[in-house]
Amino acid sequence: MSDQTSTAPQSRLAKAMDSDFVYNFRRSPVAIVSFFVVMLLVLSSAFAPLIAPHNPFDPSSLDLMNGFTAPMAPNDFTGDVFWLGTDDQGRDVFSTILYGMRVSLFVGFAAVSFAMVLGITLGLVAGYVGGWVETIIMRAADVQLTFPAILVAMLIFGIAKGVIPIQHHDQMAIWVLIVAIGLSDWVQFARVVRGATLVEKDKEYVQAARMIGRGRGIIMLRHILPNVLSPVLVIATISLALAIIAEATLSFLGVGAPPTQPSLGTLIRIGQGYLFSGEWWIILFPSVTLLALALSVNLLGDWLRDALNPRLQ
Amino acid sequence: MLTYVLKRVLQSALVLLVVGLVAFSMFRFVGDPIDNMLGQERTDADIARLRADLGLDQPFPVQYYKFLEKAVQGDFGVSFRQGRPVAEILVERAPATLELAAVSGFLAISIGIGLGVFTAIRKDGFLANMIMSVSLIGVSLPTFLIGILLIYLFSVELGWLPSFGRGEVTHIGWWSTGLLTSSGLKALILPSITLGLYQMTLIMRLVRSEMLEVLRQDYVRFARARGLKERTVNFRHALKNTLVPVITVTGLQLGSIIAFAIITETVFQWPGVGLLFINAIQFVDIPVMAAYLMLISVMFVGINLIVDLLYFAIDPRLRTDGKGAH
Amino acid sequence: MSDTVLDIEGLSVHFPTRRKLFVAVNKANLAVEPGEIHGLVGESGAGKSTIGAAVMGLLERPGHIAEGTVSFKGEHINGRDADGMRALRGAKISMIFQDPLTSLNPLLTVGQQLVETIQFHLKLSDADSKKRAIELLDRVGIPSPSERIDQYPHQFSGGMRQRVVIALALCSEPDVIIADEPTTALDVSIQAQILELIKELARERQTGVILITHDMGVIADTTDKVTVMYQGQVVESGTTEQVLGAPAHEYTKSLIAAVPRPTLKVHRFPQLSYGGRQIAFHIDDLARNWERPEPTKSGTLLKVEGLTKTFLARNAIIPSRRKYFTAADKVSFDIREGEVFGIVGESGSGKSTVARMIATLYQTNGGKIFFDDEEITELKTAKDLESYRRQIQMIFQDPFSSLNPRMRVDEIIAEPVKHHKLLEGDAIQHRVDELLERVGLGSDAGRKYPHEFSGGQRQRISIARALATQPRFLICDEPTSALDVSIQAQILNILKDLQEHLGLTMLFISHDLPVVRQMCDRVGVMRQGQMVEVADTETLFASPKEAYTRELLSLMPKLEGLSTEGLEDEIV
Repeated sequence: MSDQTSTAPQSRLAKAMDSDFVYNFRRSPVAIVSFFVVMLLVLSSAFAPLIAPHNPFDPSSLDLMNGFTAPMAPNDFTGDVFWLGTDDQGRDVFSTILYGMRVSLFVGFAAVSFAMVLGITLGLVAGYVGGWVETIIMRAADVQLTFPAILVAMLIFGIAKGVIPIQHHDQMAIWVLIVAIGLSDWVQFARVVRGATLVEKDKEYVQAARMIGRGRGIIMLRHILPNVLSPVLVIATISLALAIIAEATLSFLGVGAPPTQPSLGTLIRIGQGYLFSGEWWIILFPSVTLLALALSVNLLGDWLRDALNPRLQ
Repeated sequence: MLTYVLKRVLQSALVLLVVGLVAFSMFRFVGDPIDNMLGQERTDADIARLRADLGLDQPFPVQYYKFLEKAVQGDFGVSFRQGRPVAEILVERAPATLELAAVSGFLAISIGIGLGVFTAIRKDGFLANMIMSVSLIGVSLPTFLIGILLIYLFSVELGWLPSFGRGEVTHIGWWSTGLLTSSGLKALILPSITLGLYQMTLIMRLVRSEMLEVLRQDYVRFARARGLKERTVNFRHALKNTLVPVITVTGLQLGSIIAFAIITETVFQWPGVGLLFINAIQFVDIPVMAAYLMLISVMFVGINLIVDLLYFAIDPRLRTDGKGAH
Repeated sequence: MSDTVLDIEGLSVHFPTRRKLFVAVNKANLAVEPGEIHGLVGESGAGKSTIGAAVMGLLERPGHIAEGTVSFKGEHINGRDADGMRALRGAKISMIFQDPLTSLNPLLTVGQQLVETIQFHLKLSDADSKKRAIELLDRVGIPSPSERIDQYPHQFSGGMRQRVVIALALCSEPDVIIADEPTTALDVSIQAQILELIKELARERQTGVILITHDMGVIADTTDKVTVMYQGQVVESGTTEQVLGAPAHEYTKSLIAAVPRPTLKVHRFPQLSYGGRQIAFHIDDLARNWERPEPTKSGTLLKVEGLTKTFLARNAIIPSRRKYFTAADKVSFDIREGEVFGIVGESGSGKSTVARMIATLYQTNGGKIFFDDEEITELKTAKDLESYRRQIQMIFQDPFSSLNPRMRVDEIIAEPVKHHKLLEGDAIQHRVDELLERVGLGSDAGRKYPHEFSGGQRQRISIARALATQPRFLICDEPTSALDVSIQAQILNILKDLQEHLGLTMLFISHDLPVVRQMCDRVGVMRQGQMVEVADTETLFASPKEAYTRELLSLMPKLEGLSTEGLEDEIV
């Protein structure tokens, strides 16, 4: 027995490495590249305080004289060199991007997790319980689907702005963003999970569990949930890209992350003003980062969809 | 059949009532309308009078009913910020948004469906693969970045097209159109591409995946097995079946064009209702927000109703419910 | 042999996959003559459908013809380009698919699909094409064809749709029709009509037919010649009479021996193994630790009185406008302790509904269920039902969906034991290991996931799960209808052992009369929700009382020409 237990995990890892999924991944250069780009961006923003040459939010480290320094060129007054230049307030663009991406990714991950938990729960319950519970949940989903996510997010943001006292606006902005994007995105998860649950519910293994006398909760969590997760994974990846874009859009429109805590969208909003006056780097680098992030997450999601769909293989 | 249509109309009315409730609740509970309408110098008498004037002393359902009654007549109150009736502002601004949305919607649907069918039929062709890869960039590029990119290229660098505004407009009755002057048309090019591109890529990818799914079906294989021409199989058998699910999503996409117009209008300073709405959010101008919400929900619900009826026209299974063998 | 219409010689079809080259068909030969129905029979994975697709040039990539030739009237046709194949496809060779529900385009009328095909092949005018379409519909037995031609496929029943599919295949007056399991999705009575139609058409038009099927009954009743395939190879070929009556190849022999006969009852199916399929299961060993409860006083373990179930067919807000469908209508019967009671009927007869009500999966809309003299329908809470649920277990139809793909096999088998708190700690694992050993899988199987097993192995896991709580009563809902005939024989043998060694009482639901004959002591016949007749199996097969039972029995393939080699010792 002891032999078996010691070899089991190893052989499971070996088995996993040999699976079609991993094989597929290793054969797809696009998937590999986008996976590493995502990892690079996520890790560098997670360790932003260690990597960034400056802390853009520490006023003492800023020198207004350094404003509008072009990339890789010494500043006219101070002689300091910045890889990607500086913005109007002399903040290092490279550092602001690292910190901005932190905000973007945090909002993205948090909003998707929120939407996922809400959507999976409601979708499972709607699909398994059925009846009027299902009718109410799915009608609500239909109505919300009629309204584009970005609009719902804006409305929630607008309402929150009216409800929250003005002195707390900046502080609460990030959380309002997360709730707004999360609430506008749960429908996708709920619909997919409900659809999959309806299929799984009629399968005989669920009936076998019911015959044993298992309760609804256990059947939903232990039997159905694990079997509806693979489409959820695909949607979560694509939703992450959408959430990052939505956050950037809201912040760009000035109804998202505040200038005191800028995300990539806020940085682009700031940079837009200098596009005509020739300081192209203030807008270019955050834009490229945003595009790289969204594109690599999307590519990964696209690959996942194909890899997890056995029909297409 | 009549019951089907009736059911849809009733459902739409219900949705509008719910949206109305949301809009009204915003109006009533977000911020204090009295605070917003009266300045700092006010007396208790002023407050009481205004409360009575606005009907705020009446029970909630009565207030809601009055709100709906007024809304149906086009009365959404007065903008906190501009001090003008909201309805007046909306009528003034609506043509700009509608023209922009119509042009980009047309672009998105026609090109999107065309490219979708092409990439599905030539599934492994070089050009089709290229289009698919480029489309993923299209999906990943936020609308506002597309707009900025286009402005930088065609306005700042090349100087061919205007970077903001509607150009010269002609008034036909209360409707102002930019379609009749060359400067108006020029001004429309960049915003409509910006707005249409994202929807186009979405529609294209959807048409492609639905069509690939249909091409795998038994009846398509059977049509091939009967020796029918590839063209007949693709267009007569596959495309029509593809369109059934595509229509729903396309309907939703048209709705989101109106919503995404907010972004495009901000980037290009396009004087439409979207720009109005985003300004309203920044200044918590609740009447404008509520009115905008009501207005576009009427549009969304209308589009969805049309989509449902289109379904009906395309799919015989819905038309003959109950009759015949199952 | 000069009048051979379709001649397949040395055909090999390869599917290169990631791990290895999969040879779906290996050097197969087959020849079809005009007016001849040539059966192509084999179990799943034999490559019989692949041959059909290869002839039509409809192989799914990456499959391709690696070697060999396909000749049509002496002319090689494989290797033709796409246009060349298309000229042949439909015009000279037609195909009929398995599922009539998905073979027709739902958005075009039947007439549009027929006229389009006729016009394309015969170049007739609109009016002539329509006339011809109506003639064809009339020929395949669609009543009032001139009206129904303008209807959509969803307005036709399954059997009628398959007739339309056949009409479509006939549009171009083909010389060869390839029919891939054309009746598998249909009920027995409809199946007989469709096969009769195919037979008539083949004679009348001198069309050669390749009939691909897994069903020996279809082969015996319909075909002139038969080719037997096993794992991509043709093992035997000849006239139907000769191959079925005196099979030469070991595989054919084992296949034929595994077919349940309507006229002979066997004690156990012979385990004439071919290709290492023999498995060892030891249900008798299980009997040693089996706790048998006190027998019931009355001798009747399960009693059902006036059981009724209605489903909502159309919902409406106004209750009077709702439409209901009665799936089970006042069904009554009783099952004696230790016997196997069968329920037979066509699809929609309500047999599974009755099983599901007994299994507490459906709530009843009327009637009573008694188990061991206790009224089960009185028990309302899950707690009250615990004891009943422990004593009944169920084996489901589809081995691919009856096991949770995300649970390990030992977890699956242990779940009922843990839920009912029958054992604790290591004892649970011991029970699981023992069960896996006894059904012939070995205890190592517990550490794997269901997808690592074949259909027959999964059905044995299902049986192990059902035995885990040491039940008294087993519900088998079509337990073998998704399995190949040799696997079916194995599973039926295990079930027979369960009755004999453990004294289990069983409710056996099936649409397959020969199987019921082998398994059941008494049988109930259901039709449209009602119990038509209940009798001892032998009595029912020898002298059925009701007209419907007689009709069912008359449609059953007789299989009299089948060899009885290997069965001699087992005949009861």
